[in-house]
Amino acid sequence: MHAVVLAHEVDWQGFRAAVRKLAVAGVAPEHVVWSVREADDLFAQDPPPEAVGGFVLPRNLVSLAETVIQARDPSRFALLYRLIWRAHRGERHVLERITDPDVDRARRLAQSIRRDTHKMRAFVRFRVVRDGGLTRHVAWFEPQHFIVESNAGFFIRRFAGMKWSILTPYRSAHWDGQELCFTEGARPSDVPDDDQLAEYWRVYFASIFNPARLKVGAMQSEMPRKYWKNLPEAAAIPELVAGAAARTQAMIEQPRLSDPLPSGRRRVVAPRANSAWGQAVQDAKGCRRCEIHRHATQIVFGEGPLDAAIMLIGEQPGDHEDIAGKPFVGPAGQLLDQALAEAGLDRAALYVTNAVKHFKYVSRGRRRLHARPDAGEIQACRWWLDIERAEIAPRMTVLLGASAGEAVLGRKVEVLRERGVAMNLADGLAVLTVHPSFLLRLPDEAARRREYAAFVADLRLVARLAGPISAGKEN
Amino acid sequence: MELLDKLAILADAAKYDASCASSGTQLRDSRSGGLGSTEGAGICHAYAPDGRCISLLKILLTNACMYDCLYCINRRSSNVARARFSVAEVVELTLGFYRRNCIEGLFLSSGIIRSPDHTMRQLVEVARTLREEHGFRGYIHLKTIPEADPALLAEAGLYADRLSINVEMPTQAGLDALAPEKDLPGIRQTMARLRQAIEAPRVKGVRRFAPAGQSTQMIVGADSSSDAEILGASTSLYSSYGLRRVYYSAFSPIPDASSALPPRPAPLLREHRLYQADWLLRFYGFVQDEMPVGADGNLPLGMDPKLAWALAHREAFPVDVNTAGREALLRVPGLGVRSVERILVARRHSRLRLDDLARLRLSLAKVQPFVVAADHVPRVTDSVRLECVLPRLGRPGAQLELFH
Repeated sequence: MHAVVLAHEVDWQGFRAAVRKLAVAGVAPEHVVWSVREADDLFAQDPPPEAVGGFVLPRNLVSLAETVIQARDPSRFALLYRLIWRAHRGERHVLERITDPDVDRARRLAQSIRRDTHKMRAFVRFRVVRDGGLTRHVAWFEPQHFIVESNAGFFIRRFAGMKWSILTPYRSAHWDGQELCFTEGARPSDVPDDDQLAEYWRVYFASIFNPARLKVGAMQSEMPRKYWKNLPEAAAIPELVAGAAARTQAMIEQPRLSDPLPSGRRRVVAPRANSAWGQAVQDAKGCRRCEIHRHATQIVFGEGPLDAAIMLIGEQPGDHEDIAGKPFVGPAGQLLDQALAEAGLDRAALYVTNAVKHFKYVSRGRRRLHARPDAGEIQACRWWLDIERAEIAPRMTVLLGASAGEAVLGRKVEVLRERGVAMNLADGLAVLTVHPSFLLRLPDEAARRREYAAFVADLRLVARLAGPISAGKEN
Repeated sequence: MELLDKLAILADAAKYDASCASSGTQLRDSRSGGLGSTEGAGICHAYAPDGRCISLLKILLTNACMYDCLYCINRRSSNVARARFSVAEVVELTLGFYRRNCIEGLFLSSGIIRSPDHTMRQLVEVARTLREEHGFRGYIHLKTIPEADPALLAEAGLYADRLSINVEMPTQAGLDALAPEKDLPGIRQTMARLRQAIEAPRVKGVRRFAPAGQSTQMIVGADSSSDAEILGASTSLYSSYGLRRVYYSAFSPIPDASSALPPRPAPLLREHRLYQADWLLRFYGFVQDEMPVGADGNLPLGMDPKLAWALAHREAFPVDVNTAGREALLRVPGLGVRSVERILVARRHSRLRLDDLARLRLSLAKVQPFVVAADHVPRVTDSVRLECVLPRLGRPGAQLELFH
């Protein structure tokens, strides 16, 4: 039998050194007796063998061991050595056997320590002690495991500028603003009485409680009774619980105020715009001509000079456009800008809009997937498109994709068959081409390059037919 | 009025906001000066007897309000006592509680006084004072007033970890009936603006805008909206504005209530079922059309929505815990995201038996009828029996509410 005596409850260095020697010397776990400060077993007299060399352990096992060594359980050292022994003897993935009894035990201890750690960070309550000109913050806490040492860092990071002490039955931590030190355990009476703000905290606790939602079990599972004696606010609990039902009943039975029922919305109505066009832009904001508006952010009206010679019509705003309130600002818009530039067209000189002005989508988790507007929605939104077309009266209309084609030509179109030729409209020319998002959806690079070139070619035709556009419309 | 009395009034007025999250912001600490830290996970410093965690000092700057939202204790026409903190008082209370380790930070909201801009400016001033004058590194959540000047919102996001705007009702019709001053399209536009600022590319040396994102809250059971409408609204909000959370708050009786409100509080169990459905939609791969709502558009109260879905989709079961993919496992009643992860790890080393599942800390009674394990094949009768037993076990009522 080999005896290992560790210096204190969480003597990680000592444990590591002993484990290395034992494992390298091939001492099986059942031949080791572990203890803290003094030897437990008088018959186990052999110190750990001297051994040279070391070995490598999986990182997750080291980090589990660092946690579990804090357990208030005398068998923790033996348990950890058994796991390390197995990993050392070839079971590298021992921790993945989570149904193995030793792995299960270690994981449960680690979980209990993490919970205790969390509760310490939550339930330590400092009291302010003024000693002459010095202010100290002092707390009394009773952890379940040996976690004071490993938690000191958290309190330093949080309260680096304060001088504080956390006293516990087995050890106390002190921070003077510069250095951390530990002393022996303490007694609750070493912490001074209530300070003034404790009363404020009790009042806050009582006031934030909603008596109509009494759930004592839920409270106790997260804030078990054993912590109550050191929490100033817990003193208020019995009275709050006892009075809850009566307070709730009183609210329910209280005579109701007969408020006048609101008669619709009382929002400010915007003043009338001073032009028919301005009024249309304003009215469009409240559009409810179809159901799409319900889940969209805002209407995305067209954008560009009102005397533009060329009008570009897409399908509908997408995610980015819906957020920004502007057409063609997302990925498809960027591709469009690039293609326009290559075709010699200046986007700033064009009027850019969509056949449908609200974003239609289906939600998939955190994303919105484009949903194609149906014929009824395209028809409903023609009201706005017609106003735009009448106002801009473009010489050339570019129809990007099937929905734009359908909206303007009044029939289903086959984009890939009808694209790239000039069509006559009642009031000018139109060219049908693909929607830039079609290019984004193409799976392979070669097809994307080919289709992009065709798209640019269509836009070049537009530029040629529209003539010099920088001069604006010649009327 | 004494500060202590103000605290009592303005905390009481703030308790109908369910959010108390203090997690998921950037990492900060006070070793280079100032006070406080945020380390990723939030900390619940206390629990009130309503089972809700107390992580932040949740108060109103004032409970006086120009608006008349009928469900709200602070509405213009209510006779509650009114109070108002000064900026300095809120700062002092926040720092005082923080130094004693009572809180992670501040959740500050306010009734609307004078104008939305005036009110928002005061909220921003509290956050600015904490950050700039006291080097406060703890968590700050500011309630945002959608009608306020976008420049004020932009400033708020530089000091706050989280911003939130409560939509309160899933539809404009609901708002029209109970909150006449509230405008859903206006709220959505402000959320869109916040999303843009939150997602904007980081510029070195410039403070990150609201690093813990934005959230919202809906009141359940004050108007006639169904669960399907509520979940439809939250699904749309999550996907549109990248919200971290939608909180559901069962309408709760308030003193001095309006006769336009329902006479009884909404069952807390309904709120719980909505949270469960919300989780299924966000973490379990369910889509809204799959939610097991009845003809009235509501989720069953008597069982959790995943179990209700499973009972209506027998063809998807049993699922073999030793071979099924993650997606199929996530749909098994009683298996959470964590247990599924554990199963996927554990089965690499041995074929799982029922007692292995028991060691993974999951409810065998719930899982057993839906899974195949190395030593277990469910009898057909298991799920039939379940259907008879569970609705009775889970009958909604006061007794059950204590346990969830």
